[in-house]
Amino acid sequence: MKDKILEAVNINKYFHDPVNIEVLKGISFHLERGEFASIIGKSGCGKSTLLYILSTMDTDFQGDLLIDNISMRNKKETELALVRNEKIGFVFQFHYLLNEFSVLRNVMLPCEKLGKISLQEIESKAYEKLKILGIADEALKKPNQLSGGEKQRVAIARALINDPLIIMGDEPTGNLDRKNAEVVFDIFARLATEYQQSLLIVTHDNDFANKTHRIIEMEDGVITSDKSRRC
Amino acid sequence: MNLKLILDIAFSLLRARWSQTLVAAIGVTFSITMFIALLSFMSGLNDLLDGLMLNRTPHVLLYNEIKPALRQPVQRSLKYQNSYHFISSIRPSKSLPQIHNSIAIIEALHHDKRVHGVAPKVFVQVFYNVGTVHLTGEINGISPADENKLFSFADYVTEGNYMDLNIIPNSIILGKGAAETMLIARGDAVEVTTVRGDRLRLKVVGFFQSGISQIDKLQSYVSVATAQKLLGESSNYITDIQLKLHDMKQAPFLAKEFEKRYDLDALDIQTANSQFETGSFVRTIISYAVGITLLVVAGFGIYNILNMMIYEKMDAIAILKATGFSGKDVKLIFLAISLSIGVFGGITGLIFGFGLSELIDQMPFETASLPTVKTYPIHYDPFFYLIGGVFSVVTTYLAGSFPARKASKVDPVEIIRGK
Repeated sequence: MKDKILEAVNINKYFHDPVNIEVLKGISFHLERGEFASIIGKSGCGKSTLLYILSTMDTDFQGDLLIDNISMRNKKETELALVRNEKIGFVFQFHYLLNEFSVLRNVMLPCEKLGKISLQEIESKAYEKLKILGIADEALKKPNQLSGGEKQRVAIARALINDPLIIMGDEPTGNLDRKNAEVVFDIFARLATEYQQSLLIVTHDNDFANKTHRIIEMEDGVITSDKSRRC
Repeated sequence: MNLKLILDIAFSLLRARWSQTLVAAIGVTFSITMFIALLSFMSGLNDLLDGLMLNRTPHVLLYNEIKPALRQPVQRSLKYQNSYHFISSIRPSKSLPQIHNSIAIIEALHHDKRVHGVAPKVFVQVFYNVGTVHLTGEINGISPADENKLFSFADYVTEGNYMDLNIIPNSIILGKGAAETMLIARGDAVEVTTVRGDRLRLKVVGFFQSGISQIDKLQSYVSVATAQKLLGESSNYITDIQLKLHDMKQAPFLAKEFEKRYDLDALDIQTANSQFETGSFVRTIISYAVGITLLVVAGFGIYNILNMMIYEKMDAIAILKATGFSGKDVKLIFLAISLSIGVFGGITGLIFGFGLSELIDQMPFETASLPTVKTYPIHYDPFFYLIGGVFSVVTTYLAGSFPARKASKVDPVEIIRGK
C-alpha cells in the first residue's frame, strides 16, 4: 500500500451566519502519494470549503486532518503556515501574483520564506520550474505584462517551488478560456505522471474532472461517489 | 534571512506606493522639524530670559542685615534672669552692614570645593550730582576680574574696558540709563555724594547696560578700593560676598550652612528668583506639547496610509499567508513599512530641524535692552534631537501597529473565496 499523504477523518463544518448550516457532514477520505484527484459537485455543495479545510487555512471545523500522518489539530498558526509553506502548493482561480515583483521573484518567494537553500539555488530552481511550464522566457517580466494563461502557469510554478507533498487547486481553470484551460490541465497531468506529483483539484468542470485519475463527487456536504480510474 | 525577506517585501510595497509613502514621510519630517526648531528656539529664549536675571544673581549671597540684636541687654543681665522681659520700641543699634572678618571668610570659601567662585562687593548708597539736581544711585564696589568670571561682567560693559576700574584710580563705570539722564560722555567726571555727605569726583571710564532699565538708571560700578575710599572705611570693609556654586541646586542647603558657620545672613538663588524657574518650566511644557501634537497628527497620517495600503494589498496578504507566511510575518512587513517611514521622516526631520534652527539663529534680533544679543537665541541640545528621534520612531510604530495587526488577522480564505 502506498503512503497516505492526506487524510480527512470525519470532518464536520458549520457556517454560523446567518443561521447554523451544516456544510460538511462527516467527510472521511484519504489521498495517496502520486494521486491525481478531483473533487466535483454543484456549487454550494461544500467542495471549496472542504479544500480550504484540507489546506489548513480554515481551522474552524470538527474532526481531524492528517497531512503526512501528522495531525493538524491543535497546531499554532505559525506552525500551520510552515506546513502550507513546505508541504502544500496552491493554485487558485485567480493567479494572485504580486505585481511589485518580477515573475521569477514571485515564484521564488515561498522558497525564500522556507529559507533552506541559498538565493542562487532558489533562483536556479525557480528557473527550472518555469522551464517545466514553458515560460522561462518571461521570468524577468512583471506579472501584469503576461496573458491570463501565462499568469496561471506562473502561479503553478510558484506552487511547485518547494516540491510540495500535494498541490491543491481551487477551480484553477475557472478563469481561463478553453485553450488555456487545456494547457493547464496538460501541465497537471504531466506533473502527475512524469513527476509523481499528488494533486487535488476542486472543479465544476466535468470534462476536466473526467481526465483525472480519481473523481470524488460531493453533494450537500457528503461524498456521494469516489471513483478511481486506472492508473 | 527571514527578516531580510520581510524587509525586501516591505520595501517593494513601499516602492509601489512611493508617492503616498513620501507624503507620510513628509508629515513626519515636518513635525520633527518643527519640534526641533520650536524646542531649540524656546529653550534659547528661556536661557536668554533666565540669563538676564539668573546669570547676574549669585547662587548664594552672604550679607549682614541691619537688625536689632537678638539678645537685648536686659536678657543678659544676671539679675533678671528668671523674669519675664517686656521690651518695647526696639531699634537696630548703629552698626554698618559690614561683614566682619571678611578676608578670612573669603579665603575659606575659596578653598571650599563646592564653591565655583567668590566675588566680594561693597555696596554704597549715593547721589549723583548733576548741577543742582541729585539723582539717587547705587554704587557697587567690585573686583572686576572676579565679577567677570562669575557674572560675565564684560558682556554688559558696552563702552570702555572693565579692567580700567583697577588701573585708573577713582574711576567709575556708569549705568547707561544714569549716564543718559546726566548727559555724560566717556572721560567726563561725575560727582557723587554718599549718604553721610562725603563727596568724591569719579572719572567715567565706561558704560554698563544690563537690559533692565531700572537697574541701568541706578547702578554703577567702581573698584572695591574706590568704594571703601568713598565710605572712608578700611580695606577689609565688605558688605556682600557673592558665591557661585558648582551645583546650583545645592544653594538653599549651602546658604543655611554658611549662615550658621559665619554668623551672617544668606540668600539663595531659588528663594530670590523662584518665579523664573516656573516661567521656563511652563514654556518648555508648551513647546513639548505642540511638538507632540504635531507628531500625533503625522501618526494619524501614517495610520491612514497604511490602512489604505492594506485594503489595496488584501490579495497580496492573502497569497502570502496561503504560501506560508504567518500572521506574524505579515505584521512585521507592515510594521517595517511604518517604521521605515518613521525613521526616514525622522532623520530628515532632525536634519531640517537643525537647518531651521541655524536659520533662526542667523536672523537679526537687536534690541536696546539686550546689548549682547544680535540674533534670535537658539539653544542646541543633543537631548532634543534624541527625544525627536525617539518620538518619531515611537509614534510611527504605534500608528503602524494597529493596521499591521489588522493585516495579520486577514483571513486568506475569505479573500480568496470572495473572488
